[in-house]
Amino acid sequence: MTARKRNPGNTTGFDAARRSFLSAAVAAAGVTLAPGVMLYGITRPSAAKARALDAAASSDVRWGMLIDSNRCDSDCNECVTACSKENGLQGHGRPATDAQWIRKVELHDPGTGLNKSLPMMCQHCADPPCVDVCPTGASFKRADGIVLVDKHTCIGCRYCMMACPYKARSFIHEALEDQKSHAPRGKGTVESCTMCVHRIDDGRQPACVEACNDSGGGAMLFGDLNDPDSEISQRVAKYASQQIRADLGLDPGIRYQNL
Amino acid sequence: MVRRRNVIILTVVALASLVTMTVAASGVPKPDIPRGQGESCVADIDFMRRNHMTMLKHQRDETMLKGVRTKQYSLKECVSCHAVKGPDATPVTVSSPKHFCRSCHDYVAVKIDCFQCHASRPEPIVAVDGGGKE
Repeated sequence: MTARKRNPGNTTGFDAARRSFLSAAVAAAGVTLAPGVMLYGITRPSAAKARALDAAASSDVRWGMLIDSNRCDSDCNECVTACSKENGLQGHGRPATDAQWIRKVELHDPGTGLNKSLPMMCQHCADPPCVDVCPTGASFKRADGIVLVDKHTCIGCRYCMMACPYKARSFIHEALEDQKSHAPRGKGTVESCTMCVHRIDDGRQPACVEACNDSGGGAMLFGDLNDPDSEISQRVAKYASQQIRADLGLDPGIRYQNL
Repeated sequence: MVRRRNVIILTVVALASLVTMTVAASGVPKPDIPRGQGESCVADIDFMRRNHMTMLKHQRDETMLKGVRTKQYSLKECVSCHAVKGPDATPVTVSSPKHFCRSCHDYVAVKIDCFQCHASRPEPIVAVDGGGKE
């Protein structure tokens, strides 16, 4: 927090090092990223801030997402497609057991006929029940609030899948080949949305958020909930948003608007 | 007669020991370990042979639990530097006996399970730069 206050705004408050770092980052990203994403990176540095490679994730940050269900189209599946592509999830045509890190959920209110669509994934709880029940300590929460599975210690018991109220976790039943190098996955372990931790550590946004914004949906906003200057913090402070099953007291990092 | 017999025996013994020595010198065939790219590895070869597993394990915990992503001792960098090209000029996976890790692990009969989850060959550079976008 204090570090952030030293670099407050996004125009005059920058010190030279930060400015040159940002322009270098933009120059490097400019070739491959869409113009909208580049602009976002400049005007909202707190949304995607690369840590030094040797720096550990810090609890000064709490990564979260705000999802506006008014802007989420029930016909759109961009976030799910982007997630599968980014993390190398291939289906086997068996929806009951195929790995699913993010899915679209349709809500219907029979009383009013209201239909809503929203993406549902690991909610990255502050008090995750999956971590409580894990017998080996494989299911854990990183300092910056991202809930992960350490597959080196996961024994595939699937207690966490039972404990998760959001059905966010999947078990890998088949031997896999040619996984993505940034998303190791293997038979006999449990996995779920990592909030694209490899991208976050690299100062980028999760693939689903990027795809949603690129496709013009703009329903997903990613950022640091601990930073009062971040767009997500300002939006949740200004407009009503809710956590799903807030009654459980798990304090999810994913919040929804206009449900 | 006795003397001639001794000479024959001595000759036979000398020949036999010569044969044994040549076999011992060549020994069991050594594994054909492909060289990595660049001048040298991240540490001495002798040190790497004995300690690479400890280094990988240390780095894995740092990265997994804390998010430290220094490249020097990362498995991803090992895989990319020690990639072995196959007949189709693309890097081979661990399913090929020519794979760097396998070439030695097969020889010493140590079974590793790293590549049940981890990619055993580097990804095309496009994917790294573009962050999944093409």
